[in-house]
Amino acid sequence: MIFDYETLRLIWWALLGALLIGFAMTGGFDLGVAILLPFLGKNDSERRVIINSIGATWEGNQVWFITAGGALFAAWPIAYSVAFSGFYFALLLTLFALFLRPIGFDYRSKLPSQRWRSNWDIALFIGGFVPTLIFGVAFGNLLQGVPFHFDNDMRIFYTGSFWALLNPFALTAGLLSLAMLIMHGAVYLQLKTEGDIHQRCKKVATVSAIITLAVFALAGIWVANIDGYQISSEVFPNAPSNPLAKIVSKEPGLWLGNYANYPLLWAVPGLAFIAGAMTLALSKIGRPGLAFITSSLVLASVILTAGVSMFPFLIPSSSALNSSLTVWDASSSLTTLKIMFWTTVIFLPLIVAYTTWVFRVLRGKITLEHIHQNDHSAY
Amino acid sequence: MISEAVVDLSRWQFAATSLYHFLFVPLTLGLSFLLAIMESTYVMTGKEIYKDMTQFWGKLFGINFALGVTTGLTMEFQFGMNWSYFSHYVGDVFGAPLAIEGLMAFFLESTFVGLFFFGWDKLGRGQHLLVTWLVALGSNLSALWILVANGWMQNPVGAEFNYETMRMEISSFSALLFNPAAQVKFVHTVAAGYTTASAFVLGISAYYMLKGRDAAFAQRSYTIAAGFGLAAILSVIVLGDESGYTDGEVQKTKLAAIEAEWHTVEPPAAFTVIGIPDQDAMETHYAIKIPWVLGLIGTRSIDEPITGLSEILEKNRLRIRDGMKAYSLLQTLRAGNKDPFVRAEFDRYKQDLGYGLLLKRYTDNVVDATDQQIELAAQYSIPRVVPLFWTFRIMVACGFIMLAIFIFAVIASSIRKCRQDWLLRASLYMMPLPWIASELGWFVAEFGRQPWTIAEILPTFLSVSSLTELDLYLSLAGYIGLYTVFLIIEMFLMLKFIKLGPSSLHKGRYHFEIATGASL
Ligand code: HDD
Ligand code: HEM
Ligand code: HEM
Repeated sequence: MIFDYETLRLIWWALLGALLIGFAMTGGFDLGVAILLPFLGKNDSERRVIINSIGATWEGNQVWFITAGGALFAAWPIAYSVAFSGFYFALLLTLFALFLRPIGFDYRSKLPSQRWRSNWDIALFIGGFVPTLIFGVAFGNLLQGVPFHFDNDMRIFYTGSFWALLNPFALTAGLLSLAMLIMHGAVYLQLKTEGDIHQRCKKVATVSAIITLAVFALAGIWVANIDGYQISSEVFPNAPSNPLAKIVSKEPGLWLGNYANYPLLWAVPGLAFIAGAMTLALSKIGRPGLAFITSSLVLASVILTAGVSMFPFLIPSSSALNSSLTVWDASSSLTTLKIMFWTTVIFLPLIVAYTTWVFRVLRGKITLEHIHQNDHSAY
Repeated sequence: MISEAVVDLSRWQFAATSLYHFLFVPLTLGLSFLLAIMESTYVMTGKEIYKDMTQFWGKLFGINFALGVTTGLTMEFQFGMNWSYFSHYVGDVFGAPLAIEGLMAFFLESTFVGLFFFGWDKLGRGQHLLVTWLVALGSNLSALWILVANGWMQNPVGAEFNYETMRMEISSFSALLFNPAAQVKFVHTVAAGYTTASAFVLGISAYYMLKGRDAAFAQRSYTIAAGFGLAAILSVIVLGDESGYTDGEVQKTKLAAIEAEWHTVEPPAAFTVIGIPDQDAMETHYAIKIPWVLGLIGTRSIDEPITGLSEILEKNRLRIRDGMKAYSLLQTLRAGNKDPFVRAEFDRYKQDLGYGLLLKRYTDNVVDATDQQIELAAQYSIPRVVPLFWTFRIMVACGFIMLAIFIFAVIASSIRKCRQDWLLRASLYMMPLPWIASELGWFVAEFGRQPWTIAEILPTFLSVSSLTELDLYLSLAGYIGLYTVFLIIEMFLMLKFIKLGPSSLHKGRYHFEIATGASL
């Protein structure tokens, strides 16, 4: 099987999306559950039930995020460089918050002191809340364009500030991210628990699903009015990656261009609404297993909506339009894309297979009795 | 021009966060294997005590693992955050092993580590054992890939510069993978990890024996650690670092700097055991030398010379001048000139492009550099000898001390008389040595590569992101603050569980749990 450069670039755009969706579906409920921890757990035992519902698997789930970072580095090196050095403090905050999770989960229940434990509960909440918010805010800023440019040696200069990231549109995207991961976490927790916590999860799932859909609709209307970007010179999808070789223009409404050209794409945001409504209903009638699937579909279609609207842009530049990074001019070389493609084709199915096996082994509800019986070994 | 302060701060930040990551890495690498060995013994003999051992040392493993993951996150993201020009310039090559590491190793280790802790009641014995082995395999595979990436920075084979994209691109993946520098590094580093874990288990078991507690548990742990540790330290010393230096020029420079080999001498060169190197005079005062030894170690022959620093310096002056030509041709090509002659000329000089880039420290234009600037750049192309000379010798000394103690420990445990108090005490006090050696080893490897991040290709000072000093002060302060708090918490928990010992498993059969326990 021989792929040309253009096809591989497209495949890598899709694979990056797949890794992000993989992270949202698995790591996403861990983040949501961590946010809910202090609110849904009324005493230490209940909190331990909540923590242990994700305790054995969150670590593997987080690797989706790490690998998405690594894959961005390997397949879109200059996008990795621009995004990570540009969003410097946003990433730093994310990192600092994520730090609190491995130690939070592992150390919290190792000592009996209540003060020790409730401090870690706050830490775990931060570890869930901050990254979730920032992921949304980052997407919100990508859609508006990021102020950066290159010099002749391809050195990157970012000219924005941290505070400028926190604009109303981006915060709305952050709210969307929070609402949907809380929904996802609540549905998962509903599946893994019984009794009081289970009942509280139902309520949270209902409210957060409604907020998710409302904010998603709002963001959709908003996107139609902000500046979108478009390549206005000829595109050479097989050329070496040189982001300075094209001409880009921007104008309100351009982000809807792809939908106008391919109306079938409306199915992508459409699916988010259908799956969202189903999640609400399924959680209510007590089918959290199915609700988990539909909630995963919501996450996937929201992420895809952002990707499809921006295609072929990865990171548009708002200050030097022609420096924008696109699928066609920001990738690594053909050889590297090929090597990484085959590696992914071999390992991704393996990962999905053994992860599924692990979840099967650990299936079943976490109960208060379980915590009492395993007082010294559970988290 | 790039601010020196930003460069220095970025370097400090990388050095601090990576050395910190490597406090936890070696223990994970080695302890995961020791756990697998202990659990295999449990499955084969069916003796509960081996299960207890797996679970107790596993608890300590978990406390350490959490910080390994925490600090690893920083590593993955700071290439883009602090070294964005590096990430652009070599991401095509360097990103691949990093991404493969995620797919092949991190998923494996992190998915199964949860089952290791929570799967005891849900899995059959054989299944659980498999899980433990997979964790060990995963962590060791992660070392393999990250060291392939790092080995490439030391000896960048299998890649070509592409002027159209202004970056390095992979030309041969197998060359990257079978890079001798990477292979040597892998063996030396994982063996260092096994040594670290063995010294850890050995030291803590010795502590229990000195206290007269949990004798059966401690003795068995001691025996396993002694055997595994002896094999590991032998591998560190014998297999580690033997070749690697014969490849790239920079590796030769590093060797010459470590050995304070100022001038090429008639082979075989003598080995300087100790002395006081003086960079300005380019000589070593009060040197104590052993004839022939360096030549034998460095070249495995008696007739090949070891290149001295002053000869390397001479060569580098020429390469810098060629690098100026390469840079000037590159500008022509990037301006759109398609003349095949220019391309051919560029191809002729491009292996020295990196040396031309060294001049960017002194002038933006490179092509207009003065003789004085060229001389400065040449001096800058040689790492500073004194720190390398000493750190290397301390690492080696740590290695030989540990070798001696592991030998005694094996002898003592095979004749079933571990209770030699002096040996137990030595085993206990030896505990910090592998960490000291590993941290110094990384210093030697990374500082010895200076002034390059990618040997002979990309200078360190060019690799940084366009951040401000303030950005870096803030992030560095954040890392140091958080990491310090984490380390205190970790040490506190570690010590607490070490003191509790196997009684922390609440099996009801260990010291603190039984009234007629061994005397204190
Ligand atoms: C020789 C081994 C070695 C070296 C040189 C490094 N690491 Fe490491 N890393 C490991 C060996 C390791 C490990 C043994 O696999 C860890 C340590 C403890 C752990 O939990 O896994 C780990 C954890 C770890 C994690 C968390 C993985 C997870 O969640 O499972 C990340 C993202 C990184 N590392 C990334 C890096 C990067 C980008 C490095 C280079 C700059 C680096 N490490 C150097
Ligand atoms: C793939 C793995 C690694 C990569 C890509 C890497 C890369 C780098 C880079 C970019 C720098 C800053 C530039 C410089 O000053 O040289 C650096 C410095 C340094 N790194 Fe590494 N490194 C890696 C692994 C490690 C590890 C695991 C350690 C130790 C635990 C380590 C120890 C150091 C030290 C001590 C410095 C400071 C040297 C100096 O600035 O003088 N490195 N490395
Ligand atoms: C007596 C024996 C030893 C010798 C001759 C030796 C030699 C070396 C050398 C030359 C380097 C630099 C490699 C490079 O820059 O490419 C190095 C690095 C290193 N050493 Fe050692 N070392 C010894 C003992 C140890 C011990 C006992 C440990 C730890 C337990 C250790 C851990 C390391 C580590 C972690 C590195 C950095 C990774 C690498 O470059 O391989 N070494 N060693």
